[in-house]
Amino acid sequence: MDQLLINPDYPHILSTLIFLPLAGAILLLFIRNEYFARYWALGVTCLTAILSIPLLRAFDMSTSKFQFVEQVSWIKSLNIQYVIGIDGISILLIMLTTLIMPLCVLASWTYIKTRVQAFMVCLLIMETAMLGVFCALDFVLFYVLWEAMLIPMYMLIGIWGGPRKIYASVKFFLYTLAGSVMLLVAIIWLYINNGYSFFIPDMMWQNYSSTAQIFLFLAFFLAFAIKVPMFPFHTWLPAAHVEAPTAGSVILASVLLKMGTYGFLRFAIPITPEATMTLAPAILWLSIAGIMYGGFTALAQNDMKKLIAYSSVGHMGFVTLGIFVLNTQGVEGAILQMINHGITTGALFLCIGMIYERTHSRELSDAMGLGKHMPIYATFLAFFSLSSFGFPGTNSFVGEFMIIAGTFEHSIVLALACIPGAVLAAAYMLRMLQKIIWGGTNNPDQSKMMDLNVREIVTLAPFLFFVFWIGLGAQPFIDLIHVSVENLLNNYHGITSQAVAVTELIIH
Amino acid sequence: MQFLPELTLLGAGLIIFMVSLGKSNAATTKNIAIGLGAAVFGATLLSYCAEGKLFYGAYQVDLFSQVFKTLIAGAMLGVLILGHNLKGIAEKVHPEYYLFLFMSVLGLMMLVSSVELISIFVALELSSFAVYIMVPMRDDEGKFRFQMEAGIKYLLFGVTATGFMLFGMSYMYGLTGSTDLATIIAKYSTMWTHPAYVISMMMVLGGFFYKLAIFPFHFWVPDVYEGASNETTAFIATVPKLAATAILIRLISQISGDGQVMINVLLLCAVASMFYGNLSALVQKDVKRMLGFSGIAHAGFVLLGILTFQITGYANAMYYIIGYVLMNLACFLVLCNVSEKGENVMIEDLSGLHKRSPLMAFTLAVGLFALAGIPPFVGFMGKFMLLTGALKEGYLLVVILAAINTAIAIYYYLSVIRITYCSDPEERALVTPSTLTSATSVLLLLVIVFMGVSPQRFVDFASTAVQTIM
Repeated sequence: MDQLLINPDYPHILSTLIFLPLAGAILLLFIRNEYFARYWALGVTCLTAILSIPLLRAFDMSTSKFQFVEQVSWIKSLNIQYVIGIDGISILLIMLTTLIMPLCVLASWTYIKTRVQAFMVCLLIMETAMLGVFCALDFVLFYVLWEAMLIPMYMLIGIWGGPRKIYASVKFFLYTLAGSVMLLVAIIWLYINNGYSFFIPDMMWQNYSSTAQIFLFLAFFLAFAIKVPMFPFHTWLPAAHVEAPTAGSVILASVLLKMGTYGFLRFAIPITPEATMTLAPAILWLSIAGIMYGGFTALAQNDMKKLIAYSSVGHMGFVTLGIFVLNTQGVEGAILQMINHGITTGALFLCIGMIYERTHSRELSDAMGLGKHMPIYATFLAFFSLSSFGFPGTNSFVGEFMIIAGTFEHSIVLALACIPGAVLAAAYMLRMLQKIIWGGTNNPDQSKMMDLNVREIVTLAPFLFFVFWIGLGAQPFIDLIHVSVENLLNNYHGITSQAVAVTELIIH
Repeated sequence: MQFLPELTLLGAGLIIFMVSLGKSNAATTKNIAIGLGAAVFGATLLSYCAEGKLFYGAYQVDLFSQVFKTLIAGAMLGVLILGHNLKGIAEKVHPEYYLFLFMSVLGLMMLVSSVELISIFVALELSSFAVYIMVPMRDDEGKFRFQMEAGIKYLLFGVTATGFMLFGMSYMYGLTGSTDLATIIAKYSTMWTHPAYVISMMMVLGGFFYKLAIFPFHFWVPDVYEGASNETTAFIATVPKLAATAILIRLISQISGDGQVMINVLLLCAVASMFYGNLSALVQKDVKRMLGFSGIAHAGFVLLGILTFQITGYANAMYYIIGYVLMNLACFLVLCNVSEKGENVMIEDLSGLHKRSPLMAFTLAVGLFALAGIPPFVGFMGKFMLLTGALKEGYLLVVILAAINTAIAIYYYLSVIRITYCSDPEERALVTPSTLTSATSVLLLLVIVFMGVSPQRFVDFASTAVQTIM
């Protein structure tokens, strides 16, 4: 257990973060009052967010070990433990989750009018499951939370969603579940071949046979690529995004999609390094396909939510690209871009949701020319759109730059192939921005539109703050992840160079 | 003490028989029946630690049998409570219905303890014949009479399965010269390679496969589930499966040595059950039919646990079947309440249930998610442990097929949940469960979650129970 580090100053901080929302949800079950439900959910998520701040202060940036570890035996006969801990790869995702949840509650303040209490219960349970997934160091614990998350998310889309909510929610559920059943088989296989232990750090960097690694990797890939979603497994995403309520879209875009890429970093690379080496080229080209496909389809959309959803496919393509070039810049850029995408796309979904609340339409043509009557809104939207296509000075620029730099280091052909994707992003975002702010000669009458109220400004302002913080001074964020990424890559290159040497030995 | 639960059941049957002679109203009969059910449950708890042999060694009372008797009594009590209005049964035959129910449970309890071929046969027939009568007792006010079809089908398939079993038993007797299970198994364990031994064992198992609805003895399931009244189906879907699992564990756990042929055949049965059940359930419109097909698939999973030939495997199978019974009780509790006059419930009839009765909708959703094997409910833990056990034994292909089945199954469970939560009631009546029903459903929910989150003690306990028969 030398991979674990227990911080005695904060003995149960992660468990508190994970179970506080669940406790809040259970209490909320017994109270039937809409106003109370809103304030209660806001209070619980804010408290969770505040409690997560000490994590940053106490986080030791000089080690790649898992920190804030808690370990309790859960199911003895199968050697399943409740063991949680975080490292540089997961800490930013934890922070992203805790900080974004209060804003999701705020965004649903008036948007959700029916069954408010149940909605808030779903949100809180989602938070528990999401935080648990990023903390879990036991594979069964991970899988339980990974699957359990489907239920509240299904409810969020299926009950409070748009007109085609049933189609979208069922598609979301089936896709994700079908993807992860093979993950379960892989988990059990690893358990049996690892001295009957589900402890994730012990599974890493073991010498499984090449064939086994390929199959394990494929099982991982199916589960995580669907979650990311990578082209061609992305078809559930536009449907789910379009139909989900604003808060659901934000959670989906900001946190849920990251679980796929997190899975690649936490499981696929360390557990199956040889298979990663063998299959990385294919995944890199799939990423490029995703970037181009997402960009072109986004360019053709008239539904604003669909536009952002397809842009997500493109952005997540950049993230997987960064991960599988497997050098420091690429992987760090990818992790940073995961956070950036969470911030920017989350904010864009909030912006679209705010228009939807006013006009009850997601059509771009109905939102034309809003800029004149909603100046504050237009300002926010402009910054987030610029950030979305990686304008210098905003957060995504840093992330995308690092990823492309890493890609250049890996292969010039690949890097050249992904550049048009960045241009496409500018094209579709500027097209949307131009239409919403100015429109054309045939704008609908927008004079009755109210500009943002204080609650909405408060919801959007933190996003803008982080857009510029990461955009202008990304170093503190990179410092947090650097050591863990270095450790991951060193181990990876160590194992794969061995494997390559062995192969050469056999050949000669 | 050793025979107390069975005696209590016999007594309960007698009391109900007395009631059927007089003219009592439905409420009194119901209360008497539930009271007697509770008494039987109490009796099983009292004789919980009893041990010994009865009837010249034909009847074994040990921890294993007593645990199953307790479970059977508990499940019966659950069935009595959830179907307490007996909406689907004509009021004048309510006492008789309860009488047959008790007799069937008596047969099942005896089955759990039987360790001799003739007593196994008698117990099985006692439990079956009572149910053969319960199925056509449904009152559809002379409209369709499809309960008669169901009854006849149940009877014919049941008799066929019994025929197989008797034929197998005759072989067993012929090959070993004894009807005592222990003697038979001792002879069998050295002779597994002989086709006659394998075939006779398979045929005997067939009789129990019929109760558990495992491919290829599943053909009765959809029509009987659909044709029998909701309450009867709730009974058929839960209580006999406990007893069938018990006797399967008792038989198969004795198989030692090289039984590879058997294992292959049983693996095939398990996988075929899963695929057949899940694929057929996809297109069902009647909820009971759907649950019937899903039951076939789940029986395949139970078989997968038994097939590991390990104590943990049997314990997992026990855990799984207990979980299955709980989940099914939760679902049938909702069905019996949603059905207004005892008619069958179509999937559309559940539209907007969340508005008509939030608790019922929630119970159904949890029951179905649990059946689908979504964590943190008992269904997931059960499946997970079964798959782990099977993979430990090296059945990688079977585990992959079973995992694929989980993915298939989610679709039809989800489509019911979708109707319950994501559609409007469209002027369907409110559902108002009684206090007793609500309390039962909350209890079921809690147990389903609790068993899923902390399975350790249950599995340990099941292992202890299984060890007594090894």
